[in-house]
Amino acid sequence: MANARTHRVLPGFGVSLGFTLAYLSLIVLIPLAAVFIRTASLSFEAFWTIVTSPRVLASYRLSFGASLLAAAINTVFGFMLAWSLVRYSFPGKRIVDALVDLPFALPTAVAGIALTALYARNGWLGQYLEPLGVKVAFTPVGVLVALIFIGLPFVVRTVQPVLDDLDTELEEAAASLGARRWQTMCRVVLPTLLPALLTGFALAFARAVGEYGSVIFIAGNLPMVSEITPLIIITKLEQYDYVGATAVAAVMLVVSFALLLVINGLQSWTDRRAAKVS
Amino acid sequence: MSAAATKALGSARNGSARFETKAATRDPPWIKFAVLGVSLAFFVLFLLMPLTAVFVEAFRRGWGVYLAALVEPDALSAIQLTLLIAVLAVPLNLVFGVAAAWAITKFDFRGKQLLISLIDLPFSVSPVISGLVFVLVFGAQGWLGPWLSEHGIKIIFAVPGMVLATVFVTFPFVARELIPLMQAQGRDEEEAALVLGASGWQMFRTVTLPNIKWALLYGVILCNARAMGEFGAVSVVSGHIRGQTNTMPLHVEILYNEYQFAAAFAVASLLAMLALVTLVVKTYVEWRSAEPSREGETP
Repeated sequence: MANARTHRVLPGFGVSLGFTLAYLSLIVLIPLAAVFIRTASLSFEAFWTIVTSPRVLASYRLSFGASLLAAAINTVFGFMLAWSLVRYSFPGKRIVDALVDLPFALPTAVAGIALTALYARNGWLGQYLEPLGVKVAFTPVGVLVALIFIGLPFVVRTVQPVLDDLDTELEEAAASLGARRWQTMCRVVLPTLLPALLTGFALAFARAVGEYGSVIFIAGNLPMVSEITPLIIITKLEQYDYVGATAVAAVMLVVSFALLLVINGLQSWTDRRAAKVS
Repeated sequence: MSAAATKALGSARNGSARFETKAATRDPPWIKFAVLGVSLAFFVLFLLMPLTAVFVEAFRRGWGVYLAALVEPDALSAIQLTLLIAVLAVPLNLVFGVAAAWAITKFDFRGKQLLISLIDLPFSVSPVISGLVFVLVFGAQGWLGPWLSEHGIKIIFAVPGMVLATVFVTFPFVARELIPLMQAQGRDEEEAALVLGASGWQMFRTVTLPNIKWALLYGVILCNARAMGEFGAVSVVSGHIRGQTNTMPLHVEILYNEYQFAAAFAVASLLAMLALVTLVVKTYVEWRSAEPSREGETP
């Protein structure tokens, strides 16, 4: 108690916490609760019929499948990019480093039309890919491309600081004990980076599952083929099917919250691992 | 992202020299060139080319078409609405961010960790759902819908709803930049100021604010970029009425769907420039906020 009192020497506790809680409730908590309260008014059978209808199931397969694949691809190439930025010097490094955050800053609609222009039949990349039989724009592959764009910085920015804090002594010790470079890599470096890589993977995946703006331009949005789950919600809303939209939204929210828990766990693992190493 | 970003700066500071000069951490040249080549190819393919494409497509039909697309009345009103929404949403989240960071970092109370997680919640919600929640509260069939329509107040498919959706989507930005920094700074300086007789406001202005100004600016910039660029959430609550409830990203979508590609990319190029400015300021702020610690490190 004495401890608490000494800390409350500073002014403004009641005001700042009161405002924080009120604002948080009004803007975030109450509106989010609306999704679950609305869904609860449905009978379980009605809810289940909506969220497991064939078109919705196909959208889960696409959204989760493409997001997993995009996150995996980003984990591999994001790791290489982070490695290059930390370990090597090359011309233009500062610019590359700054531009990695582009997907955070570029509006998703802009990213969407830009990617579509690149991969369309007459686009810079599309004109070479289409003769080879590779169709990207207006197919599920296009969804994958957009989700890779959106997720890349999550992996790079999670791995980069951990890689940078890595002591050179670890690798020197391994080398002096006779380990080859690839052995050091597999036995020393990668295990240390594992929590950060998994965190980056999970962050990229979580972002990709809910992504809308960059995907809808390049996806083609064909029902059962290239329709993502967020688009299902929009379509239902446009048909004034509020109940259906809310039920699908509830499923997505539950998945997002579960992912959030996983990410929090992974992040504290990353911090503990970092503290142990350094 | 903030902690990562501030730390990522360390890479620029430490440089790669400490790895490249030691045999144990130096990669053989062929590995270096292979890894560097693959990662730079990936960078060009997924980041540089889309960015370049925006500007090339915008100017494909010349300056005349480009400028005409920007000064056309519907484009101008979209720009105005985008600025208006940012001007309303960013200060709200700025005040919230400072208040939340103050309460969380300067005092001890139960449930603090839960509060921090709840503040981050909007980041893990799909933009589409961020818009939907306000339809459920304020829409015609929503909780407050009947009451609002009785009193002639329009929130959904109108500007207030778009502001609310933007506030939701940009909610955590300022708070999450400030919390780790103020946590690290502790309470001693503020307590000293009070002991020396400063009033609460004086203490905040002369001690706290100078300490957090770069993180604050960084948070505001990120918040602003997202507020101006938000698409999904705003799209759900916008009435899509040209000249009235269209923001720049929504205007881009309309032009694009009407096959007015040059015009769509012209408006998109403004948003891309906003993104580039955001990245430049971010890089500058990171560099500035790293300065004092660098002075502190060298004896």
